[in-house]
Amino acid sequence: MPDHLDNVEVANQRAPVIEPGYTFGTITDKISSIVLTRPTSLGWVVGFGAGFLVTMMLLFALGYLFIKGTGIWGINIPIGWGFAIVNFVWWIGIGHAGTLISAILLLLRQSWRNSINRFAEAMTLFAVACAGIFPLVHTGRPWLAYWMFPYPNTMNYWPQFRSPLLWDVFAVSTYFTISLLFWFIGLIPDLATLRDRADNKYARMSYGLLAMGWRGSARHWARYESAYLLLAGLATPLVLSVHTVVSFDFAVAIVPGWHTTIFPPYFVAGAIYSGFAMVLMLAIPIRKIYGLEDFITDRHLQNSAKVMLATGWIVAYGYGIEAFTGWYGGNRYDQALLWNRLHGPYAGLYWMLLICNIFIPQLLWFRKMRTNPVWLFMISGVILVGMWLERFVIIVLSLSRDFLTSSWGMYYPTRWDWMTYFGTIGMFLTAMFLFVRILPMISIFEMRTLLPEAEVKPE
Amino acid sequence: MENAKSKREDVCPGKKPANRMDRATVERQLKETKGPEYWRSLEELAGSPEFQDMLHREFPKGASEWLDSVSRRGFLQLMGASLAMAGMTGCTKLPLQEIVPYVRQPEQVIPGVAMYYATAFTLSGYANPLLVESHLGRPTKIEGNNLHPASLGGTDIFAQASILGMYDPDRSQAITHLGDVEPWAEFVKEIKGPLAVQKALAGAGIRILTQTISSPTLKDQMQAFLAMYPKAKWHVYEPVNRDNTLEGAKLAFGEALETQYRLENAAVIVSLDADFLYAGFPGNVRYIRDFAKKRNPDAEMSRMYVVESNPSSTGAKADHRLPVRASEVEGFARAIASAVGVNVGGAPSSGEHTKFVESVVEDLQKHEGESVIIAGDHQPPAVHALAHAMNVALGNVGKTVVYTDPVDSNPVNQVESLRDLVSDMRTGQVDLLVIMGGNPVYDAPADLGFRDCLKNSKISLRIYHGLYENETAELCHWSVNEAHYLEAWSDGRAYDGTVSVVQPLIAPLYAGKSAHEMLSALVSVPDATGYEIVRGHWQKQHAGPEFEAWWRKTLNDGFIEGSAYPPKSVSLKLQSLPVAAAVGANSLEVNLRRDPSVYDGQFANNGWLQELPKPMSKLTWDNAVLIGPKMADREGIKTMDVVTLELGGRKITGPVWIQAGHPDHSVTVHLGYGRRKAGRAGTGAGFDAYVLRTTNALWFATGGKLTKTGDHYQLASTQGYQTMDTGDGETRPLVRAATLEEYRKEPKFAKEGEPPAALTLYPGYDYKKSPDAWGMTIDLNACVGCNNCIIACQSENNIAVVGKEQVVKGRHMHWIRVDAYYQGDRDAPQAYFQPVPCMQCENAPCELVCPVGATVHSSEGLNDMVYNRCIGTRYCSNNCPYKVRRFNFLLFQDWETPQYKLMRNPDVSVRSRGVMEKCTYCVQRITEHRINAETAAVRENREFKIEDGSLQTACQQSCPADAIVFGNINDPNSRVAKLKAQDRNYGLLADLNTRPRTTYLAEIRNPNPELET
Amino acid sequence: MQIFPRSTNAISRASLFGPVFVAAALFWGMAQLQRSPYITYAGVRKSQPVPFSHQHHVTGLGIDCRYCHTSVEQSSFAGIPPTKTCMNCHSQIWTNAPMLEPVRASYRTGESLQWTRINQLPDFVYFNHSIHVTKGVGCNDCHGPVDQMPLMYQEASLQMEWCLNCHRAPQEFLRPREQVFNMRYQQPTASLPVKFDGTTYTDQDSLGSALVKKYQLRTEKDITSCSTCHR
Repeated sequence: MPDHLDNVEVANQRAPVIEPGYTFGTITDKISSIVLTRPTSLGWVVGFGAGFLVTMMLLFALGYLFIKGTGIWGINIPIGWGFAIVNFVWWIGIGHAGTLISAILLLLRQSWRNSINRFAEAMTLFAVACAGIFPLVHTGRPWLAYWMFPYPNTMNYWPQFRSPLLWDVFAVSTYFTISLLFWFIGLIPDLATLRDRADNKYARMSYGLLAMGWRGSARHWARYESAYLLLAGLATPLVLSVHTVVSFDFAVAIVPGWHTTIFPPYFVAGAIYSGFAMVLMLAIPIRKIYGLEDFITDRHLQNSAKVMLATGWIVAYGYGIEAFTGWYGGNRYDQALLWNRLHGPYAGLYWMLLICNIFIPQLLWFRKMRTNPVWLFMISGVILVGMWLERFVIIVLSLSRDFLTSSWGMYYPTRWDWMTYFGTIGMFLTAMFLFVRILPMISIFEMRTLLPEAEVKPE
Repeated sequence: MENAKSKREDVCPGKKPANRMDRATVERQLKETKGPEYWRSLEELAGSPEFQDMLHREFPKGASEWLDSVSRRGFLQLMGASLAMAGMTGCTKLPLQEIVPYVRQPEQVIPGVAMYYATAFTLSGYANPLLVESHLGRPTKIEGNNLHPASLGGTDIFAQASILGMYDPDRSQAITHLGDVEPWAEFVKEIKGPLAVQKALAGAGIRILTQTISSPTLKDQMQAFLAMYPKAKWHVYEPVNRDNTLEGAKLAFGEALETQYRLENAAVIVSLDADFLYAGFPGNVRYIRDFAKKRNPDAEMSRMYVVESNPSSTGAKADHRLPVRASEVEGFARAIASAVGVNVGGAPSSGEHTKFVESVVEDLQKHEGESVIIAGDHQPPAVHALAHAMNVALGNVGKTVVYTDPVDSNPVNQVESLRDLVSDMRTGQVDLLVIMGGNPVYDAPADLGFRDCLKNSKISLRIYHGLYENETAELCHWSVNEAHYLEAWSDGRAYDGTVSVVQPLIAPLYAGKSAHEMLSALVSVPDATGYEIVRGHWQKQHAGPEFEAWWRKTLNDGFIEGSAYPPKSVSLKLQSLPVAAAVGANSLEVNLRRDPSVYDGQFANNGWLQELPKPMSKLTWDNAVLIGPKMADREGIKTMDVVTLELGGRKITGPVWIQAGHPDHSVTVHLGYGRRKAGRAGTGAGFDAYVLRTTNALWFATGGKLTKTGDHYQLASTQGYQTMDTGDGETRPLVRAATLEEYRKEPKFAKEGEPPAALTLYPGYDYKKSPDAWGMTIDLNACVGCNNCIIACQSENNIAVVGKEQVVKGRHMHWIRVDAYYQGDRDAPQAYFQPVPCMQCENAPCELVCPVGATVHSSEGLNDMVYNRCIGTRYCSNNCPYKVRRFNFLLFQDWETPQYKLMRNPDVSVRSRGVMEKCTYCVQRITEHRINAETAAVRENREFKIEDGSLQTACQQSCPADAIVFGNINDPNSRVAKLKAQDRNYGLLADLNTRPRTTYLAEIRNPNPELET
Repeated sequence: MQIFPRSTNAISRASLFGPVFVAAALFWGMAQLQRSPYITYAGVRKSQPVPFSHQHHVTGLGIDCRYCHTSVEQSSFAGIPPTKTCMNCHSQIWTNAPMLEPVRASYRTGESLQWTRINQLPDFVYFNHSIHVTKGVGCNDCHGPVDQMPLMYQEASLQMEWCLNCHRAPQEFLRPREQVFNMRYQQPTASLPVKFDGTTYTDQDSLGSALVKKYQLRTEKDITSCSTCHR
């Protein structure tokens, strides 16, 4: 694999993507032992338990929602979409980093990704799963949501294909499927490794089942490589398409603050922004707890931080253009919206999102910050909050004051809104905990390729 | 029922209630079983001894037959619809008595075809002529009687909403004695004794307290009764009485007279604190129609000056509105009067508003004979007298003002009348008290202490006859459940004296008794039916062979032709008026007014009215202490701050609402709230302002004291933001208005921002392809914000009541709302009304975004909403620039209460939880007319056409101002098409290129150039 | 070291495409169920208090539909005959047939007969008989060969797709108005043509379009607008 060749050279110049002194064997031991031999720590149990409880709270909140109706939330007329859609967009955004890292960076031959792509992908899947809950439950009659799918029915009536919500259904489900496949295919060789190393019968059985009879033969590898590349190719456009389509939910509507053409690029950038923030928020503790500093090195943190800095600026540009067109376009309603953002009842949140998404992340210009896990962790947290606020401002603030002054209103989230939101976070964490416990959170074989031994000297 | 009983026992100890079955129990038992099994359970029930016992009490006549199975059906007839409530829905019958279908729908009862009957709804003695739609014997919708001069098709909110009152599950459902259900016969038996005793005393101990009565039949009966018991006394009291008006007429002309106005002839209108364009003012429906006609800017446009003490919809329509304290109005009246040559002594004081007075006077004198001065019912007699004098002086009598005999058949000073009663009660001269209707315990002036008096008095027999087991019934031995006017025969006079006959639409749901039946029981003819009594009365008047025909015609039309009072010639006897003591300019004035929604409190349990936004504040479910912005700033009080209002040692506590345009040093509080015993909707809503009301200050008094308590109280307003100014200093052209001059100069002023016709990449649908393309215009110049359209729509389209909490959250369901905007100086703003239904946009933003195609366009340009397809994403509402879509966030419809099942319009789906709904242009009416027109066309083999004007939406039909016009815009000769062609026509937010089918006619004001500075 | 037996290979191969077929089958099954009499009641004979035979009364005695279903031409609701209608004849004939006891009982006691409803539409569908009858939609177009039904049953599925069949192409079903209540009416063919307005038609296409014109049928867009049936 020639691409790894130059990577190694690059690696020699810059901070390494893997600390020296490792062999194929040691890498494999280190990673697989986390799953196979390492005893379940108390911390894990506590963390998992907490996450699980919060997940139960989510189920309770949703159960009550189905019994009573969406009226238990703070939504109203004019603000028909509240937390549900805010969270949906937020989670989908977070779900972008994974595929970006695995697919796009793979195609760009950024081999440093090898040590973070696995759990980044897992994170993506779980985030998208969380996101997927909301479009369903936010409807007034979720039990009829299947009407959004085009199928031959006795009503002889199709869905309304002009509606962005319908595009969402397809975009998100496709994205989820591809991400799942991509993640799973990537897992197969490692599953085989685990199968072969597991000494517990059932573990062997289940890993074996999932490994689908992988023997690591040259034929397997050849097929594997092409399949993986193929999927990467498929996934790449999706990374852009999903959030573009999500942004259409707003861009297509006529609501001032929604109806703007800049949304697609600015949403995608924002998505990657928050996605990387989430990756770091997971990577930093994980590498500490499981002592993976050698695999997830400062180089990884730095690169992620740089990506955040870049995308952060794209987002900032988005805000700028929004404000500028609002003012320059001379449209009565857009101007009012701009004023409303800066001085209206939700102005506080708008300023806060500017601070979170634009000002604070500028700290990443400093190498010290980029290499200091604690700071990086906190900044990532701030960015995640900021991106959530951004969605809140876009959705709620815009709806709260649109065209007819007589119909202006306010949105006050209820306890059920909060329970649902935190519930999904709990669900996300639960899934992550399970993942790090039963699957190799770093791609073993791809790590191996980073070793000097993996070089194939051309004759 | 239980706690009511316990309450009663402490009032009048005695009979221990035996454990007996009453109607309620029967219904409860039957409710369990539905449909087929229903009959079986009825049989089983019939076996039980308690049931037979109850039967003997309830239906002594039917009881014996009951025991043989054949005539058990008779039970059905006896119980009438109350059985339907026992689980067997929709089989109520018309009364067995004669009912004549109205000409408009002359078919026999055909399932699925509605019938219309003429009747009348009486409020404070004034009859509102109605036309009631009935489906299989169930009244479902109330409309105005278009033949009747007092209606011309329009109605008011109280009449519209009264149908909900009839189906109100909290109505008093049985005759009770100390809480026990008793049959009518038992009641008749029980009163025999006391009446016999009184007979000996010539009825010296009998007192009857009624509300204002205009029913000729009832008057007749009352006189018969008084003839039988010469010493008995008939007292009249209503909290919203017209004593001032009456006394004013006496002052001016020396006799009690009814004043009618002919606004169709009035070029200049001066209102002295008279809210004559809102429900509750006698004749308001007709006045609105006439007023609106004269406001057409393309013809002779009238001019209106309003001097008022609290912002009203009448003031909002004024060309010049002057907010002053109620106590200052008399000064104005005197100033204007003396200027137009009425000298009654007293120095004319017009305060700092001399210029205003001068221009008013000038205008009045310019229009002698075509001007009118109207005084408000709550202004003191002097002001009324002055108004009369001025109308005489200006030669308006006979032209714009007409005097007739009073509609009130017993025109006494009601406060005095009640005062006499109370003193008699105190001195123990009353042995038998019959309270017919009303709720004096709750609404009598506080200083009379009616409640305590009734509670502690030795009156041996106290009988209450009314619709509700209310505060008054609670303190009476007997409570006889009254039959609702839709269940009973009666009659009454409209504001012009025309007699309407009230005919029932349905058998009494709870075997209630009408006032006629009650009275006839008191003259010991207990079994006379209301029908016999009313018909009998008129037969006496119209003896002769042609009576049958005459009677049929009367029932058919709903009123007696030519029964209007003839105008009386009057001569002014007004010499001099003592000047009222001047009030301190800074002494706080407290105004007590009838509530715009619940009137005097009798509609407190009417959900539609409780949730109806009050015209100016848009408040629902509460009354508030209204204060002006100036005062609020001075006192540092904010909206929803709780304050204590003190007046003459009496205190109330309530939340503040800052009302733009409210005069300074004055607060307004609405009566009718704070009911203790109203029902599920009314009990506990708001605070009771009657506490402040005393006989010497029924309507306003100075010397009030306002203090902040520091608490806060959540008020529910449907429109939080009441101006067109956005924060950034812009003003949005939502309501477009101009003065008459500006309009004449620039007729197309309203056309701003209309986008060019073809502004789309996609070719639009050609609506010419269909015979009809529906459109609507709303004339903002005519609209007086009377709220009628809202209730009419609610009734026609089965719209749910959501309750205060949901309104606070912003989830009210009204398909058409009336937005109120205040522009300019907050203390004397220009107010505008704008009714907003669905605009039925041709480029509907909602349709584009619905993922399941639940809202799509019809070939006739309707924006169809398909409830059963909706999955409730609310995307359509987000994308609706007019925010006219309403969402069932929770299960708002009451699917349980059986009465409501009977009430609903069978032609409109009842929406469930989780679906979006909105105005449909009354598509059920469109379909009905289309189908009728089509079948007719095919049968008679002619061109299909729906006659313009034959098809009316509910809002249009009920609009007394005729502001809403609906029709086919494909037909250039249709009224709506012509209106849309006018210069004043504009589309709301048309700059968004939504191409609304509902458009507005801009508002034109006709201010006096003198005052335009 | 083998974990799985050889046979697993076969299974795993099958599992590659198996799920697709299973899913497809499931989907097809659901679609069939949705259209089956189990859901629609089409062709299901429901028990009635009196085993009333339309066959006997229509074919046997030649009674017109409108004799009992009186309001079919004026109202949305065709009308279920009151007991009185039955007794018009059965007070003379079959006066003590045990089968008719419920009818007599009902007449005696005034307690309605509780028929089981056959053709039932959901509440949100507003069907109107008068317009269909007036525009030349025959009774049996929807209700089937009622004149050959000893015990009444629902002919069509009454599902929306079924309604749309006609609303999208009414000309394929219309017949002259005088034929509406003729239960044995057949669409015109060369062998048995149909006369209408003096012209003789030998095929439904030409007759249909003539009727569409004559009866002023609205455009397809008109009669497939949602508010035509849903309000």
